Amino acid sequence: MASEFNFPDSAAKTAAAESTPETMSINMGPSHPSTHGVLRLQMELDGEVVTRADPVVGYLHRGDEKIAENMTYNQFVPYTDRLDYLAPLANNVAYAIAVERLAGLEMPPRCQAIRVIISEMARISSHLMGLGAFGIDVGAWTVFLYTFTEREKLYKLFEELTGARFTTSYTRIGGLARDVPEGWTQRVNAFCDQFLPILEEALALLTRNRIFVDRTAGIGVISKEDAIAYGLTGPNLRGCGVPLDLRKDHPYCGYEQYEFDVPVGSKGDCYDRYLCRGEEMRQSVRIIKQAVKNFPGGDWYARDARRIFAPPKDKILTSMEELIQNFMLVTEGPQMPPGEVYFEAENPKGILGFYVVSKGGGVPWRLKIRSPSFCNLSILPKVCVGAMIADIVSILGSFDFVMGECDR
Amino acid sequence: MPAVADLATILREKFPQITARPSGDCPAFNVPAGEVLAVLQHLREAAGFAMLVDVTAIDWSAAQSPRFTVVWHLCSLTGHSYVRVAADCADDAQPAMPSASSLWPGANWHEREVYDMFGITFPGHPDLRRILMWDGYPYFPLRKDFPLAGLEAPLPDAEVAAETAVGLLPAPYMGGPFVATPGETMDEAEPRARDQSWTEERDKPA
Repeated sequence: MASEFNFPDSAAKTAAAESTPETMSINMGPSHPSTHGVLRLQMELDGEVVTRADPVVGYLHRGDEKIAENMTYNQFVPYTDRLDYLAPLANNVAYAIAVERLAGLEMPPRCQAIRVIISEMARISSHLMGLGAFGIDVGAWTVFLYTFTEREKLYKLFEELTGARFTTSYTRIGGLARDVPEGWTQRVNAFCDQFLPILEEALALLTRNRIFVDRTAGIGVISKEDAIAYGLTGPNLRGCGVPLDLRKDHPYCGYEQYEFDVPVGSKGDCYDRYLCRGEEMRQSVRIIKQAVKNFPGGDWYARDARRIFAPPKDKILTSMEELIQNFMLVTEGPQMPPGEVYFEAENPKGILGFYVVSKGGGVPWRLKIRSPSFCNLSILPKVCVGAMIADIVSILGSFDFVMGECDR
Repeated sequence: MPAVADLATILREKFPQITARPSGDCPAFNVPAGEVLAVLQHLREAAGFAMLVDVTAIDWSAAQSPRFTVVWHLCSLTGHSYVRVAADCADDAQPAMPSASSLWPGANWHEREVYDMFGITFPGHPDLRRILMWDGYPYFPLRKDFPLAGLEAPLPDAEVAAETAVGLLPAPYMGGPFVATPGETMDEAEPRARDQSWTEERDKPA
């Protein structure tokens, strides 16, 4: 390029002739505001263009898979909260279904409906956080204030349901920790009604915002083929135009009963990923409203699973049989048959998979967590090359990853 | 979408050595380690399993042979189904498995993780380094002979070690919940259990 350009003065000519190609190594993270936790990027820059990017992960590695091998199935539920800690309820549900598949248990309709509602609420809360943080990354502060207010309302509902705002630990193998409180579903419905106009207002701050579009459109483009080859999932995959959504394609937990659309991007850039998340929240509201409208009665746990789910508390205190059953469950864990199972759920960040290998008894022999953030980040060395250093922030923001889940 | 029986016939035609693996959910096959790459490629091209969703390994304990099994999960985007492929590592002391990263670049990180956690090497992998633990960490934590409490490990940074005169990182979970070293009593291993150490034979400590 330098030789084609006709420099007007001789000083610039000399400078261009003398300049040697030099690259700079830059380290970003593990504590950098736009790395959303503890991701570290080692980059080589040529001027402002990234020529090499090497993500360093593992700063939040806690050995969850090792821990899982040393405790009973129910004891591991609180650890699943700490995977994608922006959507703990969705992780709880995915884990419970995986272990229930191993036992061959099918949940009654009320339990499934509750699980669908909480998964979709978790999706909304996770996307709200993702959008707010993405906005801040590219300089749009206001969106965060809207989304955080809405997220707080969701957290009030989570607290009412589970007793905790963040670390919910709501599911048990074979059911839930408790039934929904009186009037809770109506309050969820009321939240959805007031949420939609606010969501439109918040999205309107970004969708046609000139600065936001300039910073995201055409940036971090991923082709369909690459997205599939690197195992991208969730909004990051759908933003590239691949309509894979397990809620539609491989329905679990009764998702086949609900009507909803799967938004798909066309270009695979940061802007498409943003649009997908925005639309997914509207669709989640649609699902929640259907689930609340046709909220089934009946059991909220598997009544026939005597060696897996604890009996009702009043029975434990009054009947010998149930007391023994509860004692065995607490000390030895829910009894699983030997075998192996792989289950994936469509979580807010992508596909969360659990591969459980059991030799029978209450403790898994091996529990592998296939985390969506880990796979989504593995494409970074490819996407970042050729991008400007300022675009890295947009790309990371649009990926919406969580390091708790990536590092496990 | 090829049904379970179809998939087995598609594979058996080309690879007579594969056997069905007991499975409660998706079709699963045991494959000899040497044929894994060809089988995975065939599944992708002939049966439409375009996406490699997961690569992991199982340690069947130090007493077992074959000790390590590597497991791949593939997903079909058109048929919306899964298939599981498993292969045993031939050598228990130096386990190795051909790398699938030439077929799916996404296998790169998964294989690095399996190497990091189990010490299984992947010949053909472009950049087999540790991923979750730090470079130079001496153990493979998900092996069954690695204790839950962890093991003392040298500090990763020699300069810091020289400056602080601390050469070792303590075992991370020692004294934590669910950790008891064999040969120790509960109250020696876990301080929180100390007041509960009384039994019929032993008085409650004052």
